[in-house]
Amino acid sequence: MNDFNQQDLSEIFVELIRRAATQLPGDMVNALNKARDREDEGSAAKGAFNTILLNVEMARENSTPICQDTGTPIFEISYPLGVSTRKLADQIRTAAAIATERNYLRPNAVDSLTGENSGNNTGEDFPTMHFHEWDEPYIHVDVLLKGGGCENVSTQYKLPDARLKGGRDLEGVRRVVLDAVQQAQGKGCAPAVLGVAIGGDRGASYIKSKQQLFRKLEDRNENEELAALEDRLYEETNELGIGPMGFGGKTSVLGVKIGSLHRLPASYFVSVAYMCWANRRASMDISLNDEGVEVQYA
Amino acid sequence: MHKLTVPISDEEIRSLHVGDTVHLNGVIMTGRDAAHKFMIEHFIRGEVQPEDAALHEELKELLDGGVIYHCGPVVKTHEDGSYSFVAAGPTTSIREEPYQGDVIKHFNLKGVIGKGGMGDNTLKVCQEQPAVYFHAIGGAASLIAKAVKEVIKVNKLEFGVPEAMWVIRVEDFPVVVTMDSHGESIHKQVEAQSQAKFAELIG
Repeated sequence: MNDFNQQDLSEIFVELIRRAATQLPGDMVNALNKARDREDEGSAAKGAFNTILLNVEMARENSTPICQDTGTPIFEISYPLGVSTRKLADQIRTAAAIATERNYLRPNAVDSLTGENSGNNTGEDFPTMHFHEWDEPYIHVDVLLKGGGCENVSTQYKLPDARLKGGRDLEGVRRVVLDAVQQAQGKGCAPAVLGVAIGGDRGASYIKSKQQLFRKLEDRNENEELAALEDRLYEETNELGIGPMGFGGKTSVLGVKIGSLHRLPASYFVSVAYMCWANRRASMDISLNDEGVEVQYA
Repeated sequence: MHKLTVPISDEEIRSLHVGDTVHLNGVIMTGRDAAHKFMIEHFIRGEVQPEDAALHEELKELLDGGVIYHCGPVVKTHEDGSYSFVAAGPTTSIREEPYQGDVIKHFNLKGVIGKGGMGDNTLKVCQEQPAVYFHAIGGAASLIAKAVKEVIKVNKLEFGVPEAMWVIRVEDFPVVVTMDSHGESIHKQVEAQSQAKFAELIG
């Protein structure tokens, strides 16, 4: 009987990383095309979108990274009962090192104390991995490559916020998200996808905000109130006119995705994960059959 | 569209205005956080030590009328030991704000390429020098790597691949002038406009 724990999935993870680094998801490409069509002929914004889309095409064709900052690889792994997460983690680290060797990833893991780059994208808590046991018989993996430019403009607020006159409610959330986009300007490589988390402690809140980035742009929030806020913030953040790269333009944000967590009575955090236009996410399902493993990339 | 070749003259720089599209050609150097810190500490503040003198002379020649690119590339090493750029988009420039003005002045740079724009001090130095800020398209790493025709050499590889100073020859590297030598900055203009809208939205 086949067993996940007997399999070496390293190369399967390398392929997932390659896809994430070199192939922008279809929903993102569609949104960027629409954004380009909205901009005025001859504008810096139109030029920026043309360059972005040409680059996306070249990266896919040549199997080279869309962006040289291949970021922090963030893995979310759902696995059935009995799978060794320690083994999976080892294989993911091996895959990160192989993907670096093949130039799908830039060496991006730096020792914070010595300043030394490990050279292979492994290190203390690097890559990032979260494991979730589930009832399905297969393994599902999502990966996101989140670069430093957009990570540096990601932020966390604590409500109430006197400066923004934001209280502990969705109106307060709306105000801080608008502020985050205004503060970021073009520095996080606009247009962005925003992952927002309401509640949690500081750590859980940040993680939840990044997990929102795995949702497809067309995905509609099951919570009607949050769905309405996502729509409203999408409209309003684009009214700011920041445009691609901060050149000015009609599209500053391609999507807003909001999740919520329980919180302490005393705390009300709002985390905003700002993701650049190169929203590099990829997924796969790994199942077992008589032959061994079967992989479906999505 | 302007086509410029390094070294760039003062007249060429003065003819540029924010919003202009430029195709850059010639030999430039990458430099980001570690490189800027190093240049300030070893070349600009205080005396150049003997062990740094050769590199200092090399950079003085290379960067006179030249351009520094804020970039941490993905680099392929070939079997014969030569290099090529696989992905080479710009990194966020504002981190170099404390250093950039002095580096521009010291080496007589005519431009820096990056993303996100820079602050008031760099804008002021761009006016005096003259120099400009060229904005590359963030994330357009595969496309820009294609414009890098040759990796001539690398200095300070011990900083790590992204942070090393790569000397490269580029052809028709596409950039937009977002800070010019006349005191104009697209970044300031857009921020002021979006700030007004933001104030309206949050009442």
